Order: sequence, then C-alpha cells, then structure tokens
Amino acid sequence: MAVEREKERPEGAEKPTPRWRRFLQPLLVPFLAILTAFVISGLFIILSDMEVLSAYANLFQDPGQALQATWKSVSTAYGALFKGSIGNPSDLYRGLSALAETGDTTLLRKAAYPLSESLTNSVPYIFAGLAVALGFRCGLFNIGVEGQILIGGLASVWVGYNISGLPWFIHLPLALVVGALAGALWSAIAGYLKARTGAHEVINTIMMNYLAFRLSDLLLTDPRLMGRPTGTPMTPQILPTAYLPRLLGSPLRFHAGFFMALGAAALVYWFLWKTTLGFEIRTVGANPDAARYAGMSVAKNFVLAMGLSGALAGLAGANEVLGVTHFLGGGFSPGYGFDSIALALLGKSHPVGVVLAALLFGTLRAGASTMQIKGIPIDIIQILQAMIIMFIAAPALVRLIYRLKVEREVTEVVFTRGWGG
Amino acid sequence: MPPVLELRGISKAFPGVLANDHIDLALEEGEIHALLGENGAGKTTLMNILYGLYTPDEGEIFIQGRKAEIHSPSDAIAQGIGMVHQHFMLVPVFTVTENVMLGVESTRWGIFLKREGAAQRVQEISEQYGLKVDPNAYVEDIPVGVQQRVEIIKILYREADILILDEPTAVLTPQEVKELFVIMHSLVQEGKSIIFITHKLKEVMAIADRITVLRDGRTVGTTKPEKTSLEELASMMVGREVILTVDKKPPQLGEVVLEVKDLKVRDDRGDLAVKGISFDVRAGEILGVAGVQGNGQTELVEALTGLRSVEEGGVHILGTDTTHATPRKILEEGVAHVPEDRQRDGLVLSYPLLDNLVLNTYYLPPFANGIAINDRAIIAAAKERVEAFDIRTPSIFITTTSLSGGNQQKTIVAREFSRPIRLLIAAQPTRGLDVGSIEYIHQRIMEKRDEGCAVLLVSPELDEVMTLSDRIAVMYEGKIVALLPAEEATREELGLLMAGAQRLPEKVVA
Repeated sequence: MAVEREKERPEGAEKPTPRWRRFLQPLLVPFLAILTAFVISGLFIILSDMEVLSAYANLFQDPGQALQATWKSVSTAYGALFKGSIGNPSDLYRGLSALAETGDTTLLRKAAYPLSESLTNSVPYIFAGLAVALGFRCGLFNIGVEGQILIGGLASVWVGYNISGLPWFIHLPLALVVGALAGALWSAIAGYLKARTGAHEVINTIMMNYLAFRLSDLLLTDPRLMGRPTGTPMTPQILPTAYLPRLLGSPLRFHAGFFMALGAAALVYWFLWKTTLGFEIRTVGANPDAARYAGMSVAKNFVLAMGLSGALAGLAGANEVLGVTHFLGGGFSPGYGFDSIALALLGKSHPVGVVLAALLFGTLRAGASTMQIKGIPIDIIQILQAMIIMFIAAPALVRLIYRLKVEREVTEVVFTRGWGG
Repeated sequence: MPPVLELRGISKAFPGVLANDHIDLALEEGEIHALLGENGAGKTTLMNILYGLYTPDEGEIFIQGRKAEIHSPSDAIAQGIGMVHQHFMLVPVFTVTENVMLGVESTRWGIFLKREGAAQRVQEISEQYGLKVDPNAYVEDIPVGVQQRVEIIKILYREADILILDEPTAVLTPQEVKELFVIMHSLVQEGKSIIFITHKLKEVMAIADRITVLRDGRTVGTTKPEKTSLEELASMMVGREVILTVDKKPPQLGEVVLEVKDLKVRDDRGDLAVKGISFDVRAGEILGVAGVQGNGQTELVEALTGLRSVEEGGVHILGTDTTHATPRKILEEGVAHVPEDRQRDGLVLSYPLLDNLVLNTYYLPPFANGIAINDRAIIAAAKERVEAFDIRTPSIFITTTSLSGGNQQKTIVAREFSRPIRLLIAAQPTRGLDVGSIEYIHQRIMEKRDEGCAVLLVSPELDEVMTLSDRIAVMYEGKIVALLPAEEATREELGLLMAGAQRLPEKVVA
C-alpha cells in the first residue's frame, strides 16, 4: 500500500511538454473561440434571413426545405466572406495558369484583389493593436487609440500635401515620422496627466478622443485650415512623393506599409523584452510597487509607454493616408482604434498575437464588404467579432463547451488593474 | 468514547500537487490539538476540507463517531465546527454584537433587528469564557487581539464545539498571545475542543495537549509536548536536523553607516506615523527594531529607502544625505532592502525567476549594454545565485508565483546580497516562512553583519529580534521608547515596552 502511494505522488520534475504542443497550446483556445463564434454568428445569419424564417414556419410539413434554406443562407454568407477576403479559388487558379502560360499577371492580380484587401486592411490593425498592447504591458488602458490615429493621420497628410519639392526618400519618411510624433505627443498628454495627477488614463483618453474628433472636423471643414476649397470635409490629395509604394501594381492596394507594420511588431517585441526600457515598462505594468522598490520611475514609464503607444497609433493613421486613401476625409477610421482594444486582448498583448489577430480582423473587414453586396447585413461581421472577443475573454467558457482540461497556464500577460490603477 | 472529530485518510490533489495525502487526525473532546507544519505542508487545505470549502478526493470525516458530509461552511457550522481565519472577517463600522449577529440575525417582523437579545448573549459568552469584550464597541475601535476574540465569540454564538484557529498568534503581541492562551484553556475547560494551526514551535510546546505534525501533505506523527522537544518538532517539520540558534560572535563595530535624526514621516492618511526618531547603525552590528505592527515601522523603513517622503529630519548613509533621495540613488549607495511585503514590493510574481534576481540591477553592466539587455549574462548570474543561495526551483525560467514563500524570500535575499552593500534594511525578513527558511535567512543576515555590513532589522517577532540583534530599539506609536543592548533585554520587558509601558528611567540608554 505504502509503495503504491509512493508511485502516485507527483514527480518533482514535470514531464517536459513536446515542442509542438508548447507551440500549439496557446493557439487552441483562440481557435475554438473563433470556431464557436462562427457557429453562433451563423445562427444570427439565419435569424436575419426572412426566407429561412418563412421556411421554418413550415418546418414540420417540409423539413427538407427549411434545412436547405438554412444551408443556403449560411453558405452564401460565409462563402461571400471567404471570397471577399481570400478570393475565389477558381479565379485564383485561372490567374495562376494565365501567368504560367502567357506571363500575363492581369488575371492573377484581379483574382488576388480580396487577399490584397485583407492584408491592406490589417495594416492599421497591426499598428493600432500594437499601440494598445504596449499600453497594456505598462498597465495602461489606452482607449484613445482612435483619436491618436486621427491625429497621426492629420499630421501626416498635412506634410503629404503641404510640403513640396522634396524627393520621395525624404518626403515619405518625414510624413511618417511627423504622423508618429503627433500621435505620441497627443497621447503622452494623457500619460503625463496620469503620472502627474493620477487622473485615470481611461477617462483622459476618452476625452482626448472627443477633442481629436472635433479638432479634425474643424480642420477638415475649413478651407483655410486643411479643408478643400469646395467645402467638402476632406483634405487635398497628398503629393506622390509621399505615397507609400503599392507593391503589386493596380488595382491591388497592397502597399509597403504592411512590411513596416511587421517591422514595427518585431521592434516592439525587441523593445519590450530585450531592452532595459522595455523591462521597466513591463515591470511597472506587472507590479508598480515592485518597480518603485527597484528604483524605477513609475511616472516616467507611464509617460513613455503612453507616448510610444500613441506613436504606433499615429503610424496607423499615417499608413492609411500615405498608403491607401492619399487624403483624409470624414469617416477616416472606421473604428480601427476601438477594434484594436479587442484585438490586443485577442493577441494577448503579444506582438505576434497582435499580428495574427490583426490579420483576422483585416480579413473579416475585407470579407464584410462582399457579404454586404450579397445582402447580408454588415452587422453580422460585428456580431462575429464581438463573439470572438467574448469567447477569447472567457477561456473558461470555451473549455467548458469543448470539455478541455484546465492547463496550468503560465500567464505572463498583465491586464490593467482596474480603476484604481 | 469516540473522538469528537476524526479525519481518516483524507486526500486532496491539486494540479501538480498532492496537498493532502491520506491524512489521519483525531481530536479528543476537551483538548487543544496543535496542527504543526511548514507553509505548504497541507494544514490549510486540510482545514478547508473540514470547513467545507474543498471536497476531499478521498477519505472520511467522523463527528462524535458518526460519518459526516460537509459540503459547505454552513454544513460545517451546523455540525458544530467553527473557524477563526487568519484574516478576520469583521465589518469595522459595525459593533461587536452586530458583527456577531451577521448572518444569523434574529429579527422582529422579518426586517427589524433584535439587538438586545444578541447583545445579552454576547455578554454571556464573553463572561463564560473570560473573553472580556464590550458588545457595544465598534470593531474599528478595538485592538486586534480583541477583534480576534470577537471572531471567537462569533463561532461560539453559532454554538460550535470544535474550534479551528488558523495561525491565531500571527497578529498578536506577546501579551495578547498570553491572553489568548488563557482563553483557549477556559474554552477547553468548558468542554470545547480546539484545533490550533501554527508553525511556531514554542507556542505549540506551551499550549497544546497533543501535536500532529504535517509535512509535504502527509502526517509525520502525533506526539505530546512532554514527550518531545523543540529540536525534535523542528526536524519533524522540516525533515532534517535544524539548528534553532544562530551563532553570534561579538560584534566588530565599524563606522556609522546609517544616521537618522529627528525623523518624521506621514502615513498614507497623512497622519504622523514616525514622530521624530533618531538612531544610528554602525558597520558590523545589527540594530533590531521591535514593536507591534502598525507603530510606524513600515513608514520608517519606507522613508529610509526613499519610497516615502520625509516630513522632517534627516537621513545620512555613510555621510551622504539621502533624506530626499530617490530609491535608485539609495540603492546605489549600497543599501539592500528586504521589504516587509515581499510579494507586493520585492518581487514581480508574474516574472520568471531570473528577472526577479536582477530586478534592481538590470540596467547595470554586465546585464545591460546601453539599453540592450544581455540575456546571457542574466541567465549566468541567475544560475549562479540559485546555486549559491539554495533557491529550490526546477528552473530559472519558472514564474516566481510557483515558488514557495521561503524560496521567494531567498530570491530577494540572493538579489540583495549579490550586490556590494554597506547597509541592509530587513523588514520582517522571515514573515510567514517555515523553520528551515528562517534558519537560513537568519544565518545569512548574521554573515552579512560579520562581513561588516550595518543591519537594521525590523520585526514584530520578539524571538527574531532577540536572537539576531546587538542592540534593540522598541517602537511604540511612532517613537522609539527604548533603545537597549540586546543582552540587557528580557522578553517580558520588551513585551511590556511594545505594549506602551514606560521604561524605568534609570535604565534608558540614550
């Protein structure tokens, strides 16, 4: 008996988890969350489709028809989502064979349009997601990314159309840097207020958002400021010397900003985990008391983290103007800043996670427009996004649904510590 | 007659740990049964099972010889089991009676409280067991020791026969501990039975009728105080020989390292917590600051380490004025700080162990070149320190949360002692640690003193202060009420001074 008991005791050293499991483990719950979200959103698609609902009225007379209508409705919707974001497989195939036979890329470019759109859409998401994630790492909840994107975009577009006569290799970087700086300064105000007076950054950044929105209204509508002489609320076109180059030729909008965004993710990773400044920011985020004890300045790090977060948000705006729109008009950001909060959560505030989550969000946004053309309300995409985030935020729920065993998670991610922060 | 309470073969596993492994325990009527064990030995898990907070994986509970099913604290209370938690569950703005009634209120017409009956009952219980509590006092106005009695009254009011006291002496002054022991005696004389959870050996020897020792989730054995010794109990707890005394050589006094003059410091509420104190610490000596928690020691230490601003007065470290210096400046003067609350201030629990080992030296070479962190140097240093300071961990990459309290404290000690230091400020360095770790930390502190480091030791544990210190300062209400050589101090006198008694004038050493 005693010997048996001895065997049951857990070993001091746990069995090492195989490499593939360690790599896939963190992806499992997000994957299942996304899957579940698609299933539930499917229900909403059914519910929003009158044809399906009327078919269900005759469920008992003709169950076949009801099921058929359901399948049709859901498959049309998700099919459109797929075609709008990845592309039509047969078009892609035809494009590829045309390329192989004649060397003509026109067909392929056309077929790759959805994919290009997905990647293009993910650029601002990557930057904005990194902005939120960097704030989270310092224990700061930067709700103001939306406003910072706008400020960055405004600054960048101003440089883009107002300064002429520069070669592109000066004009473009200048426009980007000014956009980043503007975002940084704008959000550092909130950081400074927090560090100096303890005013909570959530409140500050929300208020700063309103300031940014109204400031942009003012600037865009007045021709003497940044508006057009016609009175339409948009800025003039930027000069081609400030364009972020489009890499795949017309009509594809895929531009160099995508690689900049990936570079930014790598840089953020390096900064947070391989530099003393990043170490301080993470320490302040994880335990401000211990940070103070260890001789770090909590206030300085609040301002620094907020500033860097704003710089990344500013770059999101700059990339949109310089790479996609080439001007800035009303409705410039369709909520990138707010989506990015969810996105940073989805990516567990890790640069790699943020990039993956941003690709997902970019893809969904690209697919959404095609879905809309097929008559499916765009709200479905928002429901889908909301569902994904909800399930990601409640891993216990996903585990419950799929009967997963609780792994002893090594949670390094620190979220903000509520309002007392 | 069957035991009042019997636990048979209780097992409880948590992911990765077997917290309780077939534990047997029998509590006889009218006895004080001490449950002794280091942190993590499974005491708390066992009691939480008994109190219905956890369900055991295996094993049975018998009360008065009958098998009992306990699924929730209310089941436990119904079976006559009551628990006084280490952290009190009292509402400060309520009176004693209101706190006692809470949850079992008797009412008139369902909504109006009937206080009178309850107050009378509280009075009766209080007199019957010698608890001395005013039923109408507000809890926030009464001292901690009395608050604890309110907790005891609470469970007696619910007619408990089996009382579980979880580390009840941790928050008490030596006098209060004595009073608690008197109360415990009168409780058992009235037929109650008590399980007394602790890791303090001396208390166990003083009060327990029987002692059960747990280690690594298993019962090591049950014994009686008269049949055992402190040394034997300690080695039962730790699983090896333990040296309880620290080898103390005569101090080799050097220059004055820390000089504090008329220091005044405010607490978080803005009240003066340190009300003008002066002392100095020389190289090669340990100055112990004794005192009940909350008499300004925390604020004193925070002010000395730059974490709290100084209201008035001055602090000099090796001649440098550090009164208003930043924490980093003070660190760089060669001051090591073992903080009172290691999990709040001393460690980032979510970090891997290696980061905590360089938490305040990460920016210095070789750990950093400019702003770039040199992982290789940090890993090398971490491995070395884990080895040198005997930190028990499977890896230096493991999160610090998963280390035991003793190993967490060793991590802090390793970090602080690996820097060149001239002054060590240790606040409650062994709080909540097990015997083995206490022994280790004490030896390390003594080594530092012998190397010529000045040591300021702040601790509410009289034993600790008396074992280590060369001189002892007693703090009471923000002032140093006595400063005397350690060999002159007696437990009784220190205890009285800590409680606010005046010292006889001729014995005061300036």
